[in-house]
Amino acid sequence: MTRTKLLAITAAALIALTACGDDGGDDASADGGDTGTSTDQGFTPPDLKALDKLGEPEGEVNIVAWAGYVEDGSTDPAVDWVTPFEEETGCQVNVKTAPTSDDMVNLMKTGQYDVVSASGDASLRLIASGDVEPVNTDLVPNYADVFEALKMKPWNSVDGVAYGIPHGRGANLLMYNTEVVSPAPDSWSAVFDDASANSGKVTAYDSPIYIADAAVYLMATQPDLGIENPYALDDEQFQAAVDLLKEQNAHIGEYWSDYTKEIQAFKNGDSVVGTTWQIIVNLAQADKAKVDAVLPKEGATGWSDTWMVATKSEHKTCAYKWMDHIISPTANAQVAEWFGEAPSNSKSCAETADAKHCETFHADDEAYFDQVWYWTTPISQCLDGRTDVQCKDYGDWTTAWQEIKG
Amino acid sequence: MGNESEGRPVILSRGARTALAAVMALGLAFVYVPLLVVLISSFNTDRTFGWPPSGFTVDWWQRAWHNEGAREALLTSVKAGLGATAIALVLGSMAAFAVARYQFFGREVVSILVVLPIALPGIVTGIALSNAITTSLEPLGVEFGLFTVIVGHATFCVVLVFNNVLARLRRTGGSLEEASMDLGAGVFTTFRHVTFPAVRSALVAGALLAFALSFDEIIVTTFTAGASVQTLPLWIFSNLARPNQAPIVNVVAAVLILLSVVPVWLSQRISSDTAGGRL
Amino acid sequence: MSQRDTRQPSPARRLSGVLHRHPVLRLTLLLAAPMLVLVVIYLGALAVLLVSAFWTTDDFTGEIVHEATFDNFRSIVTTEVYRTVTLRSIGVAAVVTLICAVVAFPMALFMAKVASPRSRRVLVVLLLTPLWASYLVKAYAWRAMLAGEGVVNWALAPFGLAGPGFGLTATVIVLTYLWLPFMVLPVYAGLERLPDTMLEASSDLGAKAGRTIRSVVVPLAFPAVVAGAIFTFSLSLGDYIAVQIVGGKSQLIGNLIQGNAGAANNLPLAAALAAVPILIMVVFLLGVRRTGALDNL
Repeated sequence: MTRTKLLAITAAALIALTACGDDGGDDASADGGDTGTSTDQGFTPPDLKALDKLGEPEGEVNIVAWAGYVEDGSTDPAVDWVTPFEEETGCQVNVKTAPTSDDMVNLMKTGQYDVVSASGDASLRLIASGDVEPVNTDLVPNYADVFEALKMKPWNSVDGVAYGIPHGRGANLLMYNTEVVSPAPDSWSAVFDDASANSGKVTAYDSPIYIADAAVYLMATQPDLGIENPYALDDEQFQAAVDLLKEQNAHIGEYWSDYTKEIQAFKNGDSVVGTTWQIIVNLAQADKAKVDAVLPKEGATGWSDTWMVATKSEHKTCAYKWMDHIISPTANAQVAEWFGEAPSNSKSCAETADAKHCETFHADDEAYFDQVWYWTTPISQCLDGRTDVQCKDYGDWTTAWQEIKG
Repeated sequence: MGNESEGRPVILSRGARTALAAVMALGLAFVYVPLLVVLISSFNTDRTFGWPPSGFTVDWWQRAWHNEGAREALLTSVKAGLGATAIALVLGSMAAFAVARYQFFGREVVSILVVLPIALPGIVTGIALSNAITTSLEPLGVEFGLFTVIVGHATFCVVLVFNNVLARLRRTGGSLEEASMDLGAGVFTTFRHVTFPAVRSALVAGALLAFALSFDEIIVTTFTAGASVQTLPLWIFSNLARPNQAPIVNVVAAVLILLSVVPVWLSQRISSDTAGGRL
Repeated sequence: MSQRDTRQPSPARRLSGVLHRHPVLRLTLLLAAPMLVLVVIYLGALAVLLVSAFWTTDDFTGEIVHEATFDNFRSIVTTEVYRTVTLRSIGVAAVVTLICAVVAFPMALFMAKVASPRSRRVLVVLLLTPLWASYLVKAYAWRAMLAGEGVVNWALAPFGLAGPGFGLTATVIVLTYLWLPFMVLPVYAGLERLPDTMLEASSDLGAKAGRTIRSVVVPLAFPAVVAGAIFTFSLSLGDYIAVQIVGGKSQLIGNLIQGNAGAANNLPLAAALAAVPILIMVVFLLGVRRTGALDNL
């Protein structure tokens, strides 16, 4: 009896102790802004060297990738750009698909993978933590044909040092059930202000980065908030986005991160409107679901993915060979068409089965992609250049996301 | 009073017995309907479990038969299960003997300690072990792999063997062993000829439950397996997400259910008490 | 008379003798290996985890900052979402346990006291076999059944009703389904040990079946029910997979722990969150010690 009481008292004391006391404050220890060679990304990357030259292929390569990027025929026998690679190089491909960028960062931390297809909200984190190293682009012959607009960008390079090979880019779209949601929507209001029309059947991407989608909507509907960049949100702007998402939560049926669950949900009618990727639309339509997708007028978030090499990789030659293969004209055309994105290799536009693919996906259209806000990691140093305020960093976004989901 | 049927006295009224039988039937139906859905879905032409089934095909069964990933995963699961069960058998019975036959300070603590891995949520065990491996053991050269999976499973399988053996030891009492020693048999001989036969069926029951638990475990396994090892639950997890593979998973599940009747039935025949074994 | 046996005893015999004379040695040898594994490996891992709850993670690089602080615990206690999710998880676990107990008890009673010995064996086999069907497959089967066009809606449609769809109700149903055997078996074992004579005596004294069950069987079987409750409660408390599959947008504490340990890469916060179910279960276990449930597992 006394032992249990003692336990209870101790627990209560502990709780009281932690609940009181001043707020230690979370210091943004991420900025290396004062010391030596800092970058405008707001941090100093560890001092790592790119690979000098290729050796003998090691026989296998472990890849972390978005679902749909590394297809070996098991999803659809006709969709396979892995087997030709394995036959040519002898590098056995083991792929681990990850549903979100957070999962990718985490998997790379284990040190058990060699190469990763990182979106902008993962790439800088990987660089900063030293989990990926610079890439020697001379060892990747196909790099020469990559669109210039994708080379040496803030999300795949630091201080003029390249950290990865561009894969392709695209926008997040609004998918809707053509029978239930009509007329066809052209605005994100379908999932925000007008979400109540389909309450319980709205879906959204299950990741803190989705807050940026709310911010994109607010840029158009509440311009007096002054949001310039959906990843640079100060306290007031951030709160507005979070409030919008909490309102949306009431109408959400389920959040998705596994793309097959979204396909199933739309097919079953459990979801009728929400964010999506082109590949999901394609697969759902192939499964006879009555869906279609649109890029709303407010613009959208999107991605520009980069293949990066793990610092601790033991299969770097195979990793480089994979990167060269995936951006080779044929393979890049195949994956761009399968996933539904713009390829990174300018020569792949001639190789796509649909001759107008590059046009449809604006492969060369920088004006279009100016409207697409690539996934980027928010940091406390405002990405839109403001210096008078502190912006919310990814830790805040993560905490807020848990609160939004309730 | 009361007529005897099959040698046991009727102790509850007919109304009560019918009511209980009805609940039993409903309960069994509740348990088996989803399994039937799984079985039927494995023949469904539709890949996404639509209902009613749109067509009939044995295609998935054929593809499952040839699926190498499934076979490898099955083998890995069997290996992990056998390893975990072996460790659990040894550790569980040792602890059970200690608790049953000796009085010592902290006897209750041992009981609680043994139950703890299964009483704490799997995710807690999972991240604790994963963290321990990454921070403390990897520098020592222990890597994520089959070994870590087996150790992880063993921690919560021990209690299953422990409980069964303990219950049996409590029931048989130590007098037979004492008598054996009085007659001049040494410790090892007594164990071989007196103790072991008495607890053998408890060991089998415990081993079977331990194997079943390890075989189907996913949460702790996710955290202790690493990239290279894929047990059957992990394979199922990664394949249920892929539209072309999901029906194959149904087939695998259906096969497992059908096959599992055999060892369960056997263990029932072997065990002298009809209790399904202690959890 | 028989000759004195002057052979030297074999090494095994000598060891046996030593062991026989020193019960403490026997005990130590018996306990050494299990305690080594459980204390060093398991408790050790738990301790390392709980220690990391006092650290924090650098938001950008994701590396752990080894500076002791109460920040994580503070945010758990003060942030509303963690409180809500914790209470929700306890609620779900409690409801699941209750339903399991209510459903399992009549089933176990039937098996123990009404069924013939042969059918008892069959029933046990029938109950144990589904444990071998993969947890995941069962959860996904329920997802399919509860979906918009699934079995449940299809079966209820003629009556003008609709199924619960995805959400907490579905989560409770699925968790109850998954853990039911874990409640039936201990209760059955406990009821089996209940002597028939007790029930006979009760009916001889004039009690009808309902009264007998209420006043004689339930109190005696209570420790066994608590034993089953340990499993169903803890299995439900920490579960994060079933709720992801059928829970719609609901979050339970297992999801928060897994999310922080995994995608959000905030192991210290995950560890702090993990301390909550650990605390709950330890209190639970200490509390049920008195009911004798631990002997009934």
